[in-house]
Amino acid sequence: MVFLPSTRHLLRAKDLVDARYREPLDVPTLARVAHLSPAHFSREFRRTFGETPHQYLLTRRLERAAAMLRNTDWAVADICLAVGLTSVGSFTTSFRRVYGVSPTAYRAAHPPLERARVPTCVLQAYARPHSSSFREDRRAAHG
Amino acid sequence: MLKQLTHVQVWVHDQDEALAFYTEKLGMELREDVTVPELGNFRWLSVGVPGQDDVAITLMAIPGPPVFEEETRKQILALLSKGASGGLFFSTDNAQKSYEELKSRGVEFTQEPTEQPYGIDAGFRDPSGNHFRMGQQS
Repeated sequence: MVFLPSTRHLLRAKDLVDARYREPLDVPTLARVAHLSPAHFSREFRRTFGETPHQYLLTRRLERAAAMLRNTDWAVADICLAVGLTSVGSFTTSFRRVYGVSPTAYRAAHPPLERARVPTCVLQAYARPHSSSFREDRRAAHG
Repeated sequence: MLKQLTHVQVWVHDQDEALAFYTEKLGMELREDVTVPELGNFRWLSVGVPGQDDVAITLMAIPGPPVFEEETRKQILALLSKGASGGLFFSTDNAQKSYEELKSRGVEFTQEPTEQPYGIDAGFRDPSGNHFRMGQQS
C-alpha cells in the first residue's frame, strides 16, 4: 500500500493561491481543495508551511502588487483590485507594514527591474515578503 | 571530462502511478523498466521525451532500509508532498496548445500559460508533488 501524505492536498491549496490570488479566494474555498474543515485546514497549513493560509495569500498578493508597481504604470487602486484585494485602505496599510513605505513611495523608489533571464516563477517565490511582519495577521491567526 | 547528461532523477511516491502519469498524461516514452529481485525488488524505471533519446528521467521510489532508515524515507516523502523537491524544465513549441492537451488529460497545472519577458511559460505537478515548467521561448 502506498502512503500519500495529506500534505499533498495542502500543497494543492497553496498552488491554488499562487494561481488564483486575483480572485476572491477565502479559507473555506482553500480548505475544500485540501479536503479539510476550515479550522483543521488552517492549522495543518500552518504546521506544514510555517504560516497561515491567510498570510500566504496576503503576501502573495502584496508581492504581485509590488511587482506591478515596479513594472506597470497602473494606478494603485487598480493594482489593489488586480491582485484580488477589495479595500484600498487595508491594502495600503498592509503594504506599508511589509515594505515600510506606501505603494506610491515604493513605486518612486523602485524603477522597473532589469529582468535577468530568470523564470518568473522563481522571482515570484523569492520576492514574496516574509509574513512574520504581519502583526494584525498574527492576531487573526490566533483569534 | 564529463561527456553527457544521461539521466535525471525524480523521487516518486508510487512508481506504477508515476509511470502511468509520465507516459499516458505527459506523453513520454518508457525507456527502462528493470526489477532486481536480489536487491529487494529494486526497480530501475526511466522515461523520456520522444525525440530526445539521450536524456532520461529516472522515476525513483523512495527506498526504506537498507538505503534509508524509515525516518529519512518519511522525511523525503513529506518534503516531496509539500512541494519542496526540485523541478524540471521542458520546452514546447506551443505552450497554449500543450497546456490544453495536458490539461484535458488531467494534468494538475499550477500556472496557466503566461507571457513572460522570455516567452510563454506554464507550471504543473506530478502526482507526487514534483514541480515542472514548460516554456515556449520567444
